[in-house]
Amino acid sequence: MRPFSYQRATDPDMAVQALSADAAVDNPLTRATVQPLAGGTTLIDLMKLDVMRPAAIVDINPLAEGWSAIDPGRENLRLGALAKMSDVAAQGEVQRNYPVIANSLKLAASAQLRNMATLGGNVMQRTRCPYFRDVSYENCNKRNPGSGCAAMDGVNRMHAVLGVSDQCIATYPGDFAQALIALDATVEITGRSGTRSMPFAQLHKAPGSTPETETALRSGELISAFVVPGRWPRSVYLKARDRQSYEFALSSAAVALDVQHGAIKDARVALGGVATVPWRSREAEALLKGQTFDDGLAERAAEAAFADAKGRQYNNFKIALGKRVVARALHRAVTMEI
Amino acid sequence: MNAAAPEPKANMGQPVPRYDAVAKVAGRATYGSDMPLDNPAYAFLVTSAIARGRINGFDLDDAKRVRGVIDIITHENAPDLKESKLFSNGGYAGTTIQPLKSADIAHDGEIVAVVIAESYEAAREAANRVKVSYTAATPSASFDSPGTTKAAAKGQNAQFKEDPQVGDFAKAFDEAEVKVDAAYETPTQHHNPMELFSTSCVWMGDDLVIYEPSQYVYGLKNGVAEQLGIDADKVRVVNPYVGGGFGSRGSMTPRTAIIAGIAKRLNRPIKLVPTRDQGFTIATYRAETRHAIKLGANRDGKLVALRHEGVEVSSRADPYCVGGTKTTTRLYACPNVDSLVSIVRADRNTPGFMRSPPEVPYMFALESAMDELAVKLDMDPIELRRVNDTTNEPIGGKPYTSRSLMGCFDEAAKAFGWSQRSAAPKSMSDGDWLIGYGCAATCYPTQMAPSAARVRLQRDGRTRVEIAGHEIGTGAYTVIAQTAAERLGVPLEQVAVFIGDSDLPPGPVAGGSNSTASTCSAVMMVCDQIRQRMFKAMMPRQSLTDKAKETVGIGRTPTMQAAKSDRTLDLERAFDALGVGVIEEYGEWKPEGAPPDSFKAMHSGHARLVGGAAMKDKIAYAFGAEFVEVRVNRFTHEIRAPRLVGAFAAGRIMNPRTARSQLMGGLIWGMSSALLEATEIDQRTARYVNDNLADYLVPVSADVPGVEVILLSEQDDHINPAGAKGLGELANVGTNAAICNAIYHATGQRIRKLPVRLENIEV
Repeated sequence: MRPFSYQRATDPDMAVQALSADAAVDNPLTRATVQPLAGGTTLIDLMKLDVMRPAAIVDINPLAEGWSAIDPGRENLRLGALAKMSDVAAQGEVQRNYPVIANSLKLAASAQLRNMATLGGNVMQRTRCPYFRDVSYENCNKRNPGSGCAAMDGVNRMHAVLGVSDQCIATYPGDFAQALIALDATVEITGRSGTRSMPFAQLHKAPGSTPETETALRSGELISAFVVPGRWPRSVYLKARDRQSYEFALSSAAVALDVQHGAIKDARVALGGVATVPWRSREAEALLKGQTFDDGLAERAAEAAFADAKGRQYNNFKIALGKRVVARALHRAVTMEI
Repeated sequence: MNAAAPEPKANMGQPVPRYDAVAKVAGRATYGSDMPLDNPAYAFLVTSAIARGRINGFDLDDAKRVRGVIDIITHENAPDLKESKLFSNGGYAGTTIQPLKSADIAHDGEIVAVVIAESYEAAREAANRVKVSYTAATPSASFDSPGTTKAAAKGQNAQFKEDPQVGDFAKAFDEAEVKVDAAYETPTQHHNPMELFSTSCVWMGDDLVIYEPSQYVYGLKNGVAEQLGIDADKVRVVNPYVGGGFGSRGSMTPRTAIIAGIAKRLNRPIKLVPTRDQGFTIATYRAETRHAIKLGANRDGKLVALRHEGVEVSSRADPYCVGGTKTTTRLYACPNVDSLVSIVRADRNTPGFMRSPPEVPYMFALESAMDELAVKLDMDPIELRRVNDTTNEPIGGKPYTSRSLMGCFDEAAKAFGWSQRSAAPKSMSDGDWLIGYGCAATCYPTQMAPSAARVRLQRDGRTRVEIAGHEIGTGAYTVIAQTAAERLGVPLEQVAVFIGDSDLPPGPVAGGSNSTASTCSAVMMVCDQIRQRMFKAMMPRQSLTDKAKETVGIGRTPTMQAAKSDRTLDLERAFDALGVGVIEEYGEWKPEGAPPDSFKAMHSGHARLVGGAAMKDKIAYAFGAEFVEVRVNRFTHEIRAPRLVGAFAAGRIMNPRTARSQLMGGLIWGMSSALLEATEIDQRTARYVNDNLADYLVPVSADVPGVEVILLSEQDDHINPAGAKGLGELANVGTNAAICNAIYHATGQRIRKLPVRLENIEV
């Protein structure tokens, strides 16, 4: 860890102003020298590891009063970016009408972390790629753009099979983001020119040739809220992992269905643990819509979801695993009692 | 009595709570890096980013500019330290690779620089700013890497004396009616004790005090003295509490003498707290192993041929190996046995002792093969063990001092509900989950080492016991206090125990599960010296020895319990007769079969364990049986082990509460070893990749909802005066095989490589 200055922002304007002090104003947030601090569960770790070396930290926790509301309205669900993961997971209406959200949060991290971590920070959580997190490896296109990727032919069991490029195969590690992308959430971003909204699906950037960018957030910008349209009581989050708790997904699926008179009217499928970014499978959704559910349909949808997957030496199993997880999640969603 | 404090059965002590429980829960227990130091400087390590090659040079400008930096030590300006011999070859060190000696790099994460600063933060920041330029050579990472060398263990590792053999294996195997011929593999594992590999070195003139978690304070004291070239009497090692050891702190690591040398030069105390990932490379680990097992049996299940070949990885510099064939060739009755252990050398740090070093990998192979044999014979695996149970080991024909293996199988099977198992694979399920039951034998050699003790008894009954033993979380304080209280007939609350300090009378290394047997035997002997003195004073005209034996029980083993004729000591009368206020006795105890120079070796920190398979006319092991329910998800292939049941017999159980905790921990670790733990090595660079506790998986509470420990009564009068067999390393031995055997039962799939992960399951 290196010395840094610390400032508490007591209102959004102050936060934005402080975060805009970055020398290069339009830096992607990942590269910004001024970083926002919420729960701190990712940032502090990465600073200790010398992976992130911000010159200044802006503590935005004082904004929680205005930015942590859980607001289940008639038309949509609004979640403040500073709401704690544990609070949202435990909220009754979220559990009833958005089980995929509640479970994606409940199955993430540990109780201690969920009590600290905020929703906004959670979706911004950076990859767990061990080569990214250890600065003694020079080859990491995320840390040192253009230096190569040590994971490509290294220990890559946890790495992505979807959305990969020849520059980076690091997995997006979170769970909650899969629920958001599946449910067509929008994200509210507060910056110098006020508040703007964008589809959550546009927040994360696949690595392509710029794996260091990661998200559409620029320095000086903050996530202030998420808005989830509609209600999705028939939704599940299924997570396969090495141990029963406190572990990242090897493969997960966020599935939401609208089944009417036996037919799938609308279907949402998102994948976790297998992709470089929160991953929505419109291919699987297209196959499901308008159909009557059976196991064969689930398998075809799962097949479609992984049609473009690229496995490597140690993570190739994720393709077969991911398909089974998707099929099982669909089955659970169809058979769940609501 | 609650579950944590099992009701004592015959030949068990009381399940009293831990001596140090309140101190630990209240945060009052002081560990090495908690020790207050006067004006310390802080050290932070820089470790190599390559596994093989040379350092071209350093760019230290940026680092030296950090405010508070005092000095940066590299091989160019390091203190001159003498070499140290490998522990396994009669020395003190866990590795002979001495960092900061030259520009050469021998393994990933070797110490290449030590930053000294006014604060931990400054030292860390400067360490981050040290730039090292290397010329890297292609390293050999493991078994399959080009450039490794392979040779038999015998002849290069002094602790590995023989490849056990008997009869004519080749002929018997050839003619056997039923055969198993299979290969097994275990991964690299790291101990990851909670307490990091810290050290603090404080000089007072020519005297050095080291605060460091150690499982062998006498070894560390003597080893550091040797490296510094000073008299061992000038060095004191203090660690009243150790935050876990698991073998990682039994031998000296290079860091201690380096920090001591720098502290001397700086004339200031230095505190080093390395990071978690540095712990993967500056200390030892369990190396990966490979096994080829051949079993031949008659149709009735009787073994006629057994061959166990093991191959282990070690460093280029050191011939470390665990050589578990000494156990696996002797466990079952079999007239024709062959074995061979070899060592493969790669560009790695030197491996070392890790909980049940030989038995974990070698018994995994044997007990998996036994299950495979049971399947081929269409025989219940418990019955297969019963058919091959024996009172004498087959290699030398020596009798087991006691052996409750089948008693353990029967008790555990009953508690587990083994009779509910339908034998066919894939025949049990519950919703999404396939269910499998599996079992395996577990065993661990009963070992002892010479130990001294000093006991001081006051007129009011207050007692002080001093012994350089180690509290590594096992309950050493507690059982030592219980032993003294029982032997002197004073209340337990009156006994104060002092351990973890090399200024105390020498105790054994806290390794090989010998501590309880050795320290308690020594304490018993010294307590008896006190009783004898008192008795002499009280009954001056009697024939002392004979009368004392018959009257106060001196010389009796506690396994016989305090006989009814034993009289309690009347302390007041005894002290009146003696005319003193305090009695203090010192004594040195050594186990049967210890070499003549044992006491000399004890004082110079050369641990010598005797027992197990190495005894002259007998063989001593503790045994157990472990049963596991696994559940394998049909869809995700996730594997969970919701029920672990173990029954164990280990001679006298000094304290059923602490014993149960040890065995529970062992079962959980065994599960972890089978399903979770593995250090991943980048085969290109020979570097450890998952070197942290987020990526190196160990179980969380949700993984172990059901753990049951059954303690069997067992009495063994042929091992040591305490009558105790070590059990700290007993439980994590059998679990690996039990889990794989259960996975076979659940899925019909035999998995021979650990850890088993969901991608290995094909349902």
